[in-house]
Amino acid sequence: MALRALLTKRAPTLASGLGPFASAGGSGTGWQGLCHARGLKVAALPDLEYDYGALAPAISGEIMRLHHQKHHKAYVSNYNDALEKLDAAMAKGDVAAVVRLQSAIKFNGGGHINHTIFWKNLKPVNEGGGEPPHATLGWAIDTDFGSLEALVQKMNAEGAALQGSGWVWLALEKERKKLLVETTANQDPLVTKGANLVPLLGIDVWEHAYYLQYKNVKPDYLKNIWKVMNWKYASEVYDSEAA
Amino acid sequence: MAMALPLAYASSVVNPFEAGRLSFSTKATKHKKHIYQFRKVTKVLAYYGLANPPYKLDALEPYMSRRTLELHWGNIHRGYVDSLNKQLANSPLYGCTMEELIKTTFNNGNPLPEYNNAAEVWNHDFFWESMQPNGGRLPWGGVLDQIEKDFGSFSNFRDEFVHSAMMLFGSGWVWLVLKTNERRLSIVRTSNAVCPLVWGDIPIISLDMWEHAYYLDYKVF
Repeated sequence: MALRALLTKRAPTLASGLGPFASAGGSGTGWQGLCHARGLKVAALPDLEYDYGALAPAISGEIMRLHHQKHHKAYVSNYNDALEKLDAAMAKGDVAAVVRLQSAIKFNGGGHINHTIFWKNLKPVNEGGGEPPHATLGWAIDTDFGSLEALVQKMNAEGAALQGSGWVWLALEKERKKLLVETTANQDPLVTKGANLVPLLGIDVWEHAYYLQYKNVKPDYLKNIWKVMNWKYASEVYDSEAA
Repeated sequence: MAMALPLAYASSVVNPFEAGRLSFSTKATKHKKHIYQFRKVTKVLAYYGLANPPYKLDALEPYMSRRTLELHWGNIHRGYVDSLNKQLANSPLYGCTMEELIKTTFNNGNPLPEYNNAAEVWNHDFFWESMQPNGGRLPWGGVLDQIEKDFGSFSNFRDEFVHSAMMLFGSGWVWLVLKTNERRLSIVRTSNAVCPLVWGDIPIISLDMWEHAYYLDYKVF
């Protein structure tokens, strides 16, 4: 377990932001080198800060592994593909192609953004996962929702009611410094609901996030995910944005 | 496609095996007598029944496991039926055929709350019918002629169909429909619960691309 943590933390091929060595899954290195030469920054699959099995029993290791290594990796890979095609279309002045690529960029880019936040939103229990927020974020929650329980209930209700695929978010509205619960469809990032919205916590309610373990009982997944919620991360984001 | 007919029941449980066989009028007249004869009578409700797929739950193996069907039909499809019946209990919308209900609640693109459940009930009924045990043979007769006319060949059609499914972002369905106005076959992709009936098209086959349809058997994609 510890050895695997060591490997995932140090595996250079999966580390993010390392230029030409940034790996985006099995699409080869040819176009990546080219993109880097043209100054195009490709996305890279970020490492998790914990083992795949570390969030069990709230979220099973099997789900974490598939979610990270298959789903997120595919979003990264497809985003990079679309980005390269967009670059080429822009260079050629092919407006139709530029427009046509938008939905793939929104979907895969959004998937990459959302999942990158999601991995940071989760923490094993023995590393502080599930510990409720204190201080500034804690008070803001009490002010805007009445209590932490009320917030959790609201997010779970919205998550359960969401039709199809999407995300439920605890958002900070930067201008008014107010906390909100928002939902987005498919892989739409939170900013699509408002340019001033900052994601503090997101819960993936796509079926792939819970089906293998919870089958179609989404409410059970929503109940249990709070046991591994990383409120420390949410507090840090809140403090830096609401200051 | 008379799978989900409204049934009138006073207080007994709907027997799913009889779901398609009872007619609306005979039960209604019987109950009218009851209403006048007994003062204490439970409210007559229109009910949609969960129809069984036209094959046993393990009949599609190895392509679709019994476990998937147990959950997909037994929990998810049943869930939509139960939710719909709950919604309709206090709604003026009951008494329609499923097709009527879907078109009405779609409300020209501004769907009413009952739409999602109604459409998903119908979509799943149609989906079970779109599959068969020991299937996989080529279509024949008029369907094949039309496919060849509109897609060039069956394998072109199949490639396009699969490609459309792979291009679906989020949850949804892929359909082969007969476009009534253009009088040709077309592959249509819909999101979430949208059903081509609302546009007056005639579905021929469908494919459920919600993750719950394939995740247990195929994991990712």
